[in-house]
Amino acid sequence: MKELLILSGKGGTGKTSIVGSFASIAQNKIMADCDVDAADLHLLLAPSVREKNEFLSGQVAVIDEDKCIECGLCQDECRFDAISNYRVDPISCEGCGFCSHICPVEAITMNECKAGEWFISDSKYGLLVHARLGVAQENSGKLVALVRQQAKELAEKNGLDYIISDGPPGIGCPVISSLSGVSLALIVTEPTLSGIHDMERVLGVCQHFGVPAMVCINKCDINDENTQAIQDYCREKGVEVAAKVPFDNAVTEAMVKGISVVEYTDSKVAREIKSLWKYIDRKLQG
Amino acid sequence: MIISVASGKGGTGKTLVSTSLALSIKDKYNVQYLDCDVEEPNGHIFLKPDITRSEEVAIPVPGIDEEKCTYCGKCAEVCAYNAIAVVKEHVLTFPELCHGCGACSYLCPEKAISEVPHVIGVTETGRADSIDFGHGKLSIGQAMAPPVIRKVKGLADTEKVVIIDASPGTSCPVVEAIKESDFCLLVTEPTPFGLNDLVLAVETVRQLNIPCGIVLNRAGVGDGKTEEYCRKENIPVLMTIPLDTAIAGLYSRGISLVEGMPHYKNGFIGLFDKIKEVVNEGTINS
Repeated sequence: MKELLILSGKGGTGKTSIVGSFASIAQNKIMADCDVDAADLHLLLAPSVREKNEFLSGQVAVIDEDKCIECGLCQDECRFDAISNYRVDPISCEGCGFCSHICPVEAITMNECKAGEWFISDSKYGLLVHARLGVAQENSGKLVALVRQQAKELAEKNGLDYIISDGPPGIGCPVISSLSGVSLALIVTEPTLSGIHDMERVLGVCQHFGVPAMVCINKCDINDENTQAIQDYCREKGVEVAAKVPFDNAVTEAMVKGISVVEYTDSKVAREIKSLWKYIDRKLQG
Repeated sequence: MIISVASGKGGTGKTLVSTSLALSIKDKYNVQYLDCDVEEPNGHIFLKPDITRSEEVAIPVPGIDEEKCTYCGKCAEVCAYNAIAVVKEHVLTFPELCHGCGACSYLCPEKAISEVPHVIGVTETGRADSIDFGHGKLSIGQAMAPPVIRKVKGLADTEKVVIIDASPGTSCPVVEAIKESDFCLLVTEPTPFGLNDLVLAVETVRQLNIPCGIVLNRAGVGDGKTEEYCRKENIPVLMTIPLDTAIAGLYSRGISLVEGMPHYKNGFIGLFDKIKEVVNEGTINS
């Protein structure tokens, strides 16, 4: 079983549109949406939720006003400035528990909080594991790890060949959590200076963790010079450019209809994405 | 006054809006631009600052004095992030998991733990014409963006108009970037993905009690559901930027909108005036 992760560094380069298309073409796979704080893949896959679970994670300090002697030790020692006037700001609290250990009258307890939900769903293209991190919650990395773990178990149980994961933007905690041990990372970039800058950083992260990566240049015709610069950069770094996908309004039109672009049109954008999947399929099976 | 710029979905135009806003009002106000998207900072591409100062960002992580350590295991027991493990007569530390809360060193009965700095990124400051510029860069392979964001926000000079560019999403890095803002601009595009993530961003901003308004970018693409949502939720659409390949072209070359198309400047000045009205702030330097 192989796991393909789609990343980009910069947001809005087309990760989810490409994953949605792969979902409709690929056989014998499960999808995982690892962008847990702004998940969009469900908008293309129209899932019906089979199983819904709470994501309990992280803790928040709670001060028992009756016990508190207002000594102020907790607020002096808290590194996250989460306590003032003997009250905890749950948004700033990082759940370290330091305060609960040092309170001289044991007035502080750590309460587990519900930090989100995760789902196993049936979609028109097969199983989807997805999640929703609670608003302003932490521990997105942990929730990503949970989504991947569930997808892996289901893939093994059902004898599937692929996990296709839609990754989060950026290079931090949820990206690192998405990346560990995947078979291949496909970096979707765009020929803008921002896109290139961010692609270089996310390729650095792949290299740092020893994950093989290849690049897809999306909207490749919006700036030919930058597309060339990406190809040159990749050649120099020994990273393969697996596809160049042209800009096409059909991608947004398909999104509005709630279907993948390869189902919506036969134009070049769809043909390029199809041949990209064929290529990745061969690469991963070979 | 602090204005933060967030979005939920990536690639909707946060950096386009925040840099153009800064450039449009710099002649009338003292402006500071702080890029808090420390995973993928792009503001510097458009503002092209002269960086004059660079400072490492480090978090305190445990350093074990093996001479004093009795391997009692207290540190591992109190660490909420599994960043310390005591295995027989060895103490293993995992700095990348450490949040720097300080509990282990404070609670070690032998005083065998000192805190040593672990570099996770850098802040850089300088000037872009009359704009005070600052940004942070999370090091490749590091997971924790919030401490770097906190350092960038520490640069804020509230005598000025501070414009904060946030990262995409709605979890801890975004909360860290936008909390304590006087106003949060949410940049979105009228597509199903844009709307889905806007709703999450609005929930986040409301939880933090920050007044917000919308910039609708790429108007004309997608559908009318975003405007409908804004009307229903009573969120003002403060500015509309049309879908225009010429704007995309400028963006791809790292040219800010108001430099490439100066007629947009008045629109951004108007945007700022509307924000000022909402904030009703009387202490801005003029």
